[in-house]
Amino acid sequence: MSKYMIGRIGQAAVVLWAAFTVSFVLLQALPGDAILIKFLNPELGLGPEQIADIRASYAADSPILTQYLHAVANFLSGNFGYSVQAGVPVSDVLIANLPPTVWLATLGFLLAVIVAVTLSVVSVLGPFSWLRSAMRSVPSLFVSTPVFWLGILLIQIFSFQLKLIPVINPGPWQALVLPVLTLAIPISAPLAQILMRNIDDVLTEPFIAVARAKGASRSWVLWKHVAKNAVLPTLTIAGILFGELLAGAVVTEAVFGLNGIGGVTQRAVGNQDIAVLQALVVFSAAAFVVINLVVDLLYPVFDPRLRHKGGALA
Amino acid sequence: MSSTTNHIPSLEAARIPVLEVGNLCVSYKGHGGIQKVVHNIAFDVHPGEVVAIVGESGSGKTTTAQAVIGLLAENGSVDSGFVKLNGTDISGWSQRQLDTIRGGKISLIPQDPVSSLNPVKTIGDQVGEILRIHRWGNQREIDARVLELLARVGLSQPELRAKQYPHELSGGMRQRVLIAIAVALQPALIIADEPTSALDVTVQKRILDLIDELRRENGTAVLLVTHDLGVAADRANRLIVMKDGRVQEQGPTEEILASPKSEYTRQLLADAPSLRGAQRLSRGGGVRHEEQGDAIVVENLIQDFSVRGGTQETFRAVDGVSFKVRRGSTHAIVGESGSGKTTTARSVVGFQKPTSGRIVVEGVDVTTLRGDALRQFRQTIQLVYQNPFGSLDPLQTVFQIIEEPLLNFERIPREERAQKVRRILERVGLPEAVLERKPRALSGGQRQRVAIARALILNPKVIILDEAVSALDVTVQAQILRLLDELQQALDLTYLFISHDLAVVRQIADTVSVLHNGRQVDVGTVEEVFRRPKSDYTRELIKAIPGQRGSAGSDISLSLLGASS
Repeated sequence: MSKYMIGRIGQAAVVLWAAFTVSFVLLQALPGDAILIKFLNPELGLGPEQIADIRASYAADSPILTQYLHAVANFLSGNFGYSVQAGVPVSDVLIANLPPTVWLATLGFLLAVIVAVTLSVVSVLGPFSWLRSAMRSVPSLFVSTPVFWLGILLIQIFSFQLKLIPVINPGPWQALVLPVLTLAIPISAPLAQILMRNIDDVLTEPFIAVARAKGASRSWVLWKHVAKNAVLPTLTIAGILFGELLAGAVVTEAVFGLNGIGGVTQRAVGNQDIAVLQALVVFSAAAFVVINLVVDLLYPVFDPRLRHKGGALA
Repeated sequence: MSSTTNHIPSLEAARIPVLEVGNLCVSYKGHGGIQKVVHNIAFDVHPGEVVAIVGESGSGKTTTAQAVIGLLAENGSVDSGFVKLNGTDISGWSQRQLDTIRGGKISLIPQDPVSSLNPVKTIGDQVGEILRIHRWGNQREIDARVLELLARVGLSQPELRAKQYPHELSGGMRQRVLIAIAVALQPALIIADEPTSALDVTVQKRILDLIDELRRENGTAVLLVTHDLGVAADRANRLIVMKDGRVQEQGPTEEILASPKSEYTRQLLADAPSLRGAQRLSRGGGVRHEEQGDAIVVENLIQDFSVRGGTQETFRAVDGVSFKVRRGSTHAIVGESGSGKTTTARSVVGFQKPTSGRIVVEGVDVTTLRGDALRQFRQTIQLVYQNPFGSLDPLQTVFQIIEEPLLNFERIPREERAQKVRRILERVGLPEAVLERKPRALSGGQRQRVAIARALILNPKVIILDEAVSALDVTVQAQILRLLDELQQALDLTYLFISHDLAVVRQIADTVSVLHNGRQVDVGTVEEVFRRPKSDYTRELIKAIPGQRGSAGSDISLSLLGASS
């Protein structure tokens, strides 16, 4: 197992390095840069020499390769550089904005899982066939719902029409309700689709017929036989959906005017704040890699066939 | 287990059948409307009796069994008739009511042991489950009973087995586990749906013996569903022959075998390889081959594989196999799964380099061929695979499938290609109308004919038939075997026939190699090997062929028909 772990962590490191390098090259290739955007502003009244001085202090005009090696060395030592726009270290920006986004994403994901599982279970065990087939069509409705539209719709309904959640100065939990819903619904759709499909597939397996022949009821079969088998492929999708979660968080935060990584990303892109963007890319990649590593390590927990890596016979 | 040795517990019990099916009609709702698959079936099963439903795929035998236990597919429904269990009609019961008798009064031994156990639960858990569902005792009692059951069905180290997962057990062991589940609550009726079709022949015999033993011990009745007339003849007191959802005839096994009343049963009996006369299909003896040379010579073939993940460790799949095949004759390689028979075939075609040994096909040393020479050599030798469903590209038309090999070799004009394809199609007995169809529109037998046509189009000299008839129903199997024989004589083909089925081998092959764990334990003419097998293993294989009830041990008279008429 440890050999497997080392291999997986090595792979993760390669992915992170690749993400860093690609984003570095792409960001360098953009015309203009953050220094020009900030200091060329006529209101500041800076002369060309002063700007040249500033450029020199940021080492903005040294050869690309030197800049790249610097950036790598800095990242490895935990120094993500300075945000040109905010004038503070990038790490400060991240530390200030990470917690709300992590909360939003975690709650959104949990709710998505709950919604997906509920839909799937009702689609199998629902007492009426119209209910079961209704549950089956819900995911395709959800998956085609754009996040920004859903957010605005939810604000309209819950804040303006029903006045359940105040628009101005909501409590900390109240403020989270609508964004979490907005984030969770589009994520829940593919999860539910995959889960329903897997449940259908497992239900046709001969071991299900054997379980039924033992006298097991439908719900016994679902919980004791189908669940564990159907969760396996769904896990993979859950890992991949994490990327969507981050993207969704950016839009959701913008719609609801929340502080968080979404807002930071939006501003950094607008201002070409390369150091911040670079850190965001590496952070997202790291989060993605960690989540998928966890998923991979969870597989053997669910499936005994994957437990004995070494001794397999050809 | 003939009917005379059956002990009927009491007259009272004997009067009420365990199972009484009357006037049963079952239909499926599909895309094309409602399809009736079982028409007015009626039969009884009495306590302690074995009744076999025999039929080919699509005959409705499995649907009938599913209807009895209330486990029809979602789109299936019982339209009329009754299913009485110990005198109570259960055909109108809800699933919830049926749950109370399934497992307890009536249980199931399924077809495929490999996929019939939940891969993520331990063996002990799955055996114990049936006891837990029916609230049999507390956890400690259940654990003890599970071990007792596992030991009873002949599994060694029950404590270890209970903790293992299905993938750690062989197919035969898994079927024993499933039998343990089926007998756990000593039901009145066990439905055994093709219980041994997925197993090797020696394992098959042991499993059927076990079911027999347990049946006698508990006085359980068995409804055996099988396509194998040999198995049914060996094991059942009474036979029900089904075709197209209708009972063709039913009655005591001996009577049906001795004097079948329906045309279909006669056909079935004639086509069943294990019941048919032992003679080679058409031509007599191997005299004709004598003056011809050898098409295939295999000398001391050894094939090692490196064990995945291991460093220097290797696994010897084939260990010193040697045989010669005369041009125009058929050599069979017989063995169970893992015996090395398919590996041997793959080496002969040149799909892999042997570790050592010599293989000469039509004068060409296969082991030295590489690159284009190997590719050209493939014109000489062609393969027909077991599974006619997986070996044809579902997106190609039959024409494209048969034509494809031509495109890989010398270029010939379109017209000529089309002509060749038509000629071959006629040869294998398919109508021209199938040319534009996709494989899914064909039956299993038709698909296998297409696969044979594809193999023939390059005018090969040698054809390797890898379990080429194993997946087919007996009547279709018999047709394909006749076709192969015809083609062999007309085109002077040499066959290498890979099979696990000794009865079929006896019918088609001139010479035979018996492989066991990679070693060749017997080789010679079919006649010699069947009459005087050199190894215990071959003797065991021959004894395990189903359909020998009544024939005396060493004298292998495979023809039950001949013996009883």
